[in-house]
Amino acid sequence: MIRFDQVHKRYANGREALAGVSFTIGDGEMTFLTGHSGAGKSSILKLIALIERPTRGQVFIGSQNTAGIKPRGIPQFRRQLGVVFQDHKLLHDRPISDNVALPLIIAGVPKREIDKRVRAALDQVGLLGKERSRPLELSTGEQQRVGIARAVVGKPRLLIADEPTGNLDPDLALDIMRLFKRFNDVGVTVVIATHDVHLIDQIGARRIVLGDGRLAAPAVVNP
Amino acid sequence: MSLQTWSARHAQTLVGSLGRIAQQPMAAAMTMAVIAVALALPLLLNVFLDNTRAATADWNEAFDLSVYMDKKATGARAQTLAKQLRGRSDVAAVRVITADEALAQFRTASGFGNALDALSDNPLPDTLVVTPAPAASTPEGLEALKHAIAAAPDVQTVQADTEWVKRLHALMDIANRVLWLTAALLALGVVLVVGNTIRLDILNRRAEIEVMKLVGATDGFARRPFLYSGIWYGLGGGLLALLLVGIAVGLLAGAVRRLAGLYGSEFHLRGVGFGPSVVVLGVAVALGWLGSWLAASRHIKAIEPT
Repeated sequence: MIRFDQVHKRYANGREALAGVSFTIGDGEMTFLTGHSGAGKSSILKLIALIERPTRGQVFIGSQNTAGIKPRGIPQFRRQLGVVFQDHKLLHDRPISDNVALPLIIAGVPKREIDKRVRAALDQVGLLGKERSRPLELSTGEQQRVGIARAVVGKPRLLIADEPTGNLDPDLALDIMRLFKRFNDVGVTVVIATHDVHLIDQIGARRIVLGDGRLAAPAVVNP
Repeated sequence: MSLQTWSARHAQTLVGSLGRIAQQPMAAAMTMAVIAVALALPLLLNVFLDNTRAATADWNEAFDLSVYMDKKATGARAQTLAKQLRGRSDVAAVRVITADEALAQFRTASGFGNALDALSDNPLPDTLVVTPAPAASTPEGLEALKHAIAAAPDVQTVQADTEWVKRLHALMDIANRVLWLTAALLALGVVLVVGNTIRLDILNRRAEIEVMKLVGATDGFARRPFLYSGIWYGLGGGLLALLLVGIAVGLLAGAVRRLAGLYGSEFHLRGVGFGPSVVVLGVAVALGWLGSWLAASRHIKAIEPT
């Protein structure tokens, strides 16, 4: 599903975030990207979502080389992708249902279909009945669930998350991770960047460990 | 996307953008007021010009031609020419003043009675006063009629005071050009005002636009609500401009009617008609759309998620 081939990423300010990273994530696999902050986790996710482009090397998503996707093709590409953010990135002036419906509205799905799928997505994250609430009326954990519902409402085959439990206490964090696991169980490829190694141990999934923009040897990083 | 979904989506965005404008009523009102003032100025100038045209259209008698017959021609000759001229389509009326009548008038009007007695014969010619038809009361029409009459036999001179008509028309022509120049400049102003408002609006909603782009929105999708905002600003400004002009016409109407009454005229001040009002609203909406399109195209392209 995802293949990084000798990927380098140097930002405009000269910082080298990735220095020759290669790995493959299979279809339907659940993977954690770990490493201390600044190790390059977020850069990998940004390259997957085409927020950034590699300086050198190639990134393949599905069977597609992302180098071949022109700017005008990016919106279409992102519609096949679910993204979850640490800060949720919800629209605070709209009810939960509108936030979750946003990807479907953008994709031009008919209204009746949207209502059905928004309810299904909210049901999956345990927030059915909160459709009319505003994001700020919910707890941080609930807001993150809204973010996840929005990411999965378009039924993507690939779900990526950047520190989705960064602001949550351990119990809530585990709940959220289990939620990701459930989506993985039904065949969705899941990639999660996190520095919380305790949590990863409790879920049990493949991990890719980064250090200074390179893949670290698995033996070195075991807690 | 089906046509039904598409139009439902547009209707939703249209209403949604109105809702967002209503959330900041003061800011929106200020923008609309600026647009209204910018549109009202050329509109008022246009009302003034239209009314001037309408008022001066009644002044046909001022364009009469005086035709002086040759002294050697007989009185019968003047009557024949008068008959000929009455048959022309560009002539409304012809009045004949014979040499004797003219002399009698002059004698009573001038007070030179004794001096005139000293003359051995009447020095005045037969005269025709020709009133042109309304359709021929343009500088060109009068000139053509004048030449036609001058070419007739036994006509000494044709006098027409067309100079001031030409001057009036030239003045109105300049006023008309000023109107269009003003309108063009102020239209540019409207585009810039709407563009600036939309630019601030976009900067305020930067985070929202980023999120939309992250979940697959095209620039066009992110731009749409701002285009509708521009349309609402234009429509609001246009309606307000018509209201302003309506009030101004109302305030002037009484004074104009009094002035017209002093001249014995039935003339009354006319406002902007229904058709022109629709045109004004259409132009206002188009300018609002253009301003928002220019701003939104540039600024939304620049916003990319990081």
